[in-house]
Amino acid sequence: MIFIVSFLVLLMLVGAVAASVFRDLISAVIAAALVSLLAAILFYLLHAPDVAMAEAAIGAALTAAIFIIAISRTKRYEE
Amino acid sequence: MRGLIAILLLIIVALGFSQSLAEIPFGTPRAKIGRHYIEEGVRETGAVNIVTSVVVNYRGFDTLGEVTVLFIAAIGLGAVLTVSGGGETRKTHPASLVLHTGCRFLFPLILVFGSYIFIHGHLTPGGGFQGGAIIASGFLLMYLGCRERRISRVASNLAESLGGLVFLVMGLLGLLFGGFFLLNFLPKGTAHTLFSAGIIPIIYIAIGFKVGSELAGIIDNLIEES
Amino acid sequence: MMSFLNSYIYYIGAFGLILIGLYIILVKHNLIKVIIGLGILDTGVNLFLISVGYVTKGTAPIYSESGIGSEHMVDPVPQALVLTAIVIGVAVLALALSLAIRLYQHYGTLNLRRIREQRW
Repeated sequence: MIFIVSFLVLLMLVGAVAASVFRDLISAVIAAALVSLLAAILFYLLHAPDVAMAEAAIGAALTAAIFIIAISRTKRYEE
Repeated sequence: MRGLIAILLLIIVALGFSQSLAEIPFGTPRAKIGRHYIEEGVRETGAVNIVTSVVVNYRGFDTLGEVTVLFIAAIGLGAVLTVSGGGETRKTHPASLVLHTGCRFLFPLILVFGSYIFIHGHLTPGGGFQGGAIIASGFLLMYLGCRERRISRVASNLAESLGGLVFLVMGLLGLLFGGFFLLNFLPKGTAHTLFSAGIIPIIYIAIGFKVGSELAGIIDNLIEES
Repeated sequence: MMSFLNSYIYYIGAFGLILIGLYIILVKHNLIKVIIGLGILDTGVNLFLISVGYVTKGTAPIYSESGIGSEHMVDPVPQALVLTAIVIGVAVLALALSLAIRLYQHYGTLNLRRIREQRW
């Protein structure tokens, strides 16, 4: 059990570092959505099902969608 | 240079965090108000989901403030993006037949699923905000799959305003009947059934409509060209 | 080592997200990357709040019909706070992105250094 939680936390931190390093902004947004999804799994493992449902619906789906729509109206690559 | 100063500041923040985190051991029960809500929650409010009774009944005024903040953000976004009018027109290709048909088939199912979640907010995990977000995801699917359809402005504004008004009217009725704003004045009923917990299902249905139409309106404002 | 991990792994995860979000906000030039950093910082703070409210060997705060698990329940108050905070976080991100779109239409670039030089 502790190994699963450690693996998920490690993956979440790697995803956050990847969101900082990528130059293509759409890749950075998808890494941030990965962070939100893994945070939703960790919320469930901390016995908080309401918060897990809200984070999965809002953080992983709607946030990524509005970011991608905003990027399509501005530039795609970081200068 | 800027990176070095940033890393130095972050090391100072990290040291401060570690000092204070050492005093909070993981997993010990700490606040006594949580114990009171768990033990007396079902008897005082009638809702089986304790988080729902905290959000709507015990801390209902904070939920009213949060609905207001969401409303202000949606209005601000509409005001900032409508004045511009400088968007270049892009030709949108219509989606393929499989995607078009699949989105039209899935859209009512997603709406029914979202409605189920906010109607049963006091019995199972879920509630108004989660159900509203799922309904907004259904509208997003419609925008991506069938690109020529848009939701009508009148219906969206009507759903949003009605949701907020029902919440406020329920609070004022509580003031009328009992002397407290947002008092739970309807009968509590038996636990574990659908028509229980007083005004909590009514408020959550109003919040579900409001949040769903608001988030769909935000996406509509962002997609629209001018 | 194992007992240290066992007791503090959630704190380390939340804490790491807060630090990475702060680093992105302080160092990066592109405005949309700064907004992504704001979102990561928000997620880190929410994870920290929920992990403070955890009780060892507790269950989710919902009563079921069979009646098991009503002795130890996880603290419900931080969960109510975080539910509000997640929705407010998405509202702030939407408003910030609309302002970024307006900035791009006015200045033609999203690089914060060039915008700061062009202002005077």
